[in-house]
Amino acid sequence: MTFRKYLVLAGVTLFAAIGDSLLAHGMQQVGNISLHRLPDIVLTILNPWVALGILFLLGFFAAYMTALSWADLTYVLPATSLGYVLLALIARFLLHEQVSTARWLGIGLISAGVGFVTQGPALTHHPHEDTGEGAPEPVGSRTES
Amino acid sequence: MKHAYTWGAILAVVLTSTTGDVLLSRAMKRVGDVGELWRRAGLLTVAGRILRSPSFLLGIFMMALAFYSLLFALSWADVSLVAPASASLTFVANAIAAKIFLHEHVDHRRWIAALLVAGGVALLAV
Repeated sequence: MTFRKYLVLAGVTLFAAIGDSLLAHGMQQVGNISLHRLPDIVLTILNPWVALGILFLLGFFAAYMTALSWADLTYVLPATSLGYVLLALIARFLLHEQVSTARWLGIGLISAGVGFVTQGPALTHHPHEDTGEGAPEPVGSRTES
Repeated sequence: MKHAYTWGAILAVVLTSTTGDVLLSRAMKRVGDVGELWRRAGLLTVAGRILRSPSFLLGIFMMALAFYSLLFALSWADVSLVAPASASLTFVANAIAAKIFLHEHVDHRRWIAALLVAGGVALLAV
């Protein structure tokens, strides 16, 4: 794992959390969309918050695809779950919402999970060779495909 | 009855988004390290290779299905049940699916990580 790759993982995390927050904020301004007037949903992108949120989510998708091109799914998903923690912290410190004890516990569990998975190797080395600590960079190790 | 619809829709979200993630992951592994390919052959080659991958397109389709299943689930139950239930079950389902279909080496560390994150996400909703 290089510094650049950690940056991509940070991008996955940040873009998703920020994009979701922007979308949520924008959709609250737009208000309820009735099932009878479904085409209205197209017009919601005229809301600047929604448009910006979509841009961030596109950035998230690009970063997510990039990460999946060199790391396992079971590495990328837990490693980028800090976004949930970020959302809770935004709720607590920017939006001044109450964060319950159970939520802090949840934040702790997620952080522990992230710590666990990022200690290990990012990519499974095929064929069936056990990857240990400090496995070499995955370049050229893809024997399948 | 309402319960059955809610959990049926949550199950649909978990299955479709897991299938989507597995397909996308497979597509990107076939494409190879995007950064390297970009330096070597340019952005157009990268985009072309990704967009021509059937796994990628099918993965996107499954993600769209997951999104609509989520909307359906949300029309039956509160977001505070649907969102964490589907998100945390998806973490566990992904670990299982990645082991079976992608032959990823899911060791103790990754199992524990998936379970911790799944539990944490569930607790966030309390």
